[in-house]
Amino acid sequence: MIINRSNIVAALRRARGLIGLFLGAIFLAACAVHPKPSLYEQLGGREGVALIVDHLIERIGADDKIFHFYAETKISRFREHLQGQLCAVSDGPCHYAGDSMEQVHAGMMIQEADFNHLVELLIGAMEDAGTPVPAQNRLLARLAPMRGQILHR
Amino acid sequence: MRFPTMREGRGIVLRFMFFMLISGATLLNSAAYGASGKILATPGVFQVEGAAGGGLVPWAQLAGYASDEEFALNGFCSRAQVDDYRLDVCGAQANFYDRVEISLARQNFSVAALDAEIEQDIVGFKTRLYGDIIYTSWPQLSLGVQHKKLADPAIAYLLGAEQDSGTDIYLAVSKLHLGAAAGYNFFWNVAARSTDANQLGILGFGGPRDNRTLNIELSSAIFLNPHWALGFEYRQKPDNLVVREDDWRDLFVAWFPNKSVSLTAAWLDLGDVAGQSDQRGWYFSLGGYW
Ligand code: HEM
Repeated sequence: MIINRSNIVAALRRARGLIGLFLGAIFLAACAVHPKPSLYEQLGGREGVALIVDHLIERIGADDKIFHFYAETKISRFREHLQGQLCAVSDGPCHYAGDSMEQVHAGMMIQEADFNHLVELLIGAMEDAGTPVPAQNRLLARLAPMRGQILHR
Repeated sequence: MRFPTMREGRGIVLRFMFFMLISGATLLNSAAYGASGKILATPGVFQVEGAAGGGLVPWAQLAGYASDEEFALNGFCSRAQVDDYRLDVCGAQANFYDRVEISLARQNFSVAALDAEIEQDIVGFKTRLYGDIIYTSWPQLSLGVQHKKLADPAIAYLLGAEQDSGTDIYLAVSKLHLGAAAGYNFFWNVAARSTDANQLGILGFGGPRDNRTLNIELSSAIFLNPHWALGFEYRQKPDNLVVREDDWRDLFVAWFPNKSVSLTAAWLDLGDVAGQSDQRGWYFSLGGYW
């Protein structure tokens, strides 16, 4: 048999049904074995997110470096809005009801080091809350793109 | 009783200074005195030629925890022990505002069989041209230079090297992808280096077979958590001399207990080195960050 393009195309066409079946089976098997939980669920749902936010507030309250940013902040409002935002970015059943990131952080002149420090407090808070490392990283991956809206404003 | 020679004396003083620097860094709390504006582990560790990087490959990150408003100073010592040779390196690195890195390193290469030591000094400069390994969607990009001067060129000349000093230029790109590997953070770095150095420069610069070549160097790592990274490196090498020079590889584990210290261990495969084949062994590196 001569191997040329039309032969290969014909072979693929013959195998099309089989390939489709094979991919379908893999897809179904993957879904059956791991009905993939949303990031919100990986974070522990409503209670998990609430726990993370509470531990974060605790850590900010005990911090020398960035507490001064929050000295005048109303904790109940911050807690509610941050919970709503973490829930919304992790595909939970919420809608973020606060102001835009630009508006919230306007006038603060947050620097790179401040931002990274808050990220580390958040990692600590997730550790406190028992959040699994992969869920921690996935949440950070979704928050990281907001940095541009928060720095130097 | 035998008194140390001038050279040995110098080595002892240098080692003592680095020991003091590193134990000092461990004792002082980095939060109180030093730079800490980057996220734990993101500056990487200490490259054998003094740059911030992996063990073998320079990375695009600049040394230490300095952010755009900070200054950082680091010190390290590393040892590579393979079948027939040992390489000891101690060095210091400074980072100015996460824009410029300057490094100094002294290498001591010992050949047990010949009871010989070869010493080399390296001055390094690196500048960040673009980006941030985490936050920009394109990778961080840096340009670096390493100027090397061999103190003991006799063996290098014997093997056909043409110079006792040389300058490497490299471009490095790095990126950390948060949660990208089944939820774990994934890091990669690619460096392209123009060099005429034989075995880092320890066997001199240039030779009968070739002079300057372009070499590709790769690193990759997975973070198990914020403190532990596992990775590998691959460093393409020139082959200028008549004695064969092979590409280098390692598998490493790095531990970052806090922002003051890091400890790296690696398994090395250096291939043929100066006529001895299949040089494999271990690498350990300890560094302090301010
Ligand atoms: C990805 C990173 C960040 C996210 C997602 C984030 C999110 C939020 C949210 C949702 C709120 C509540 C908004 C509202 O009350 O309407 C908030 C408030 C606040 N954030 Fe951030 N933030 C981030 C980084 C930072 C950093 C780095 C700092 C300073 C170091 C900071 C300082 C503050 C302060 C002080 C408030 C309270 C403002 C007030 O008193 O009304 N934030 N942030």
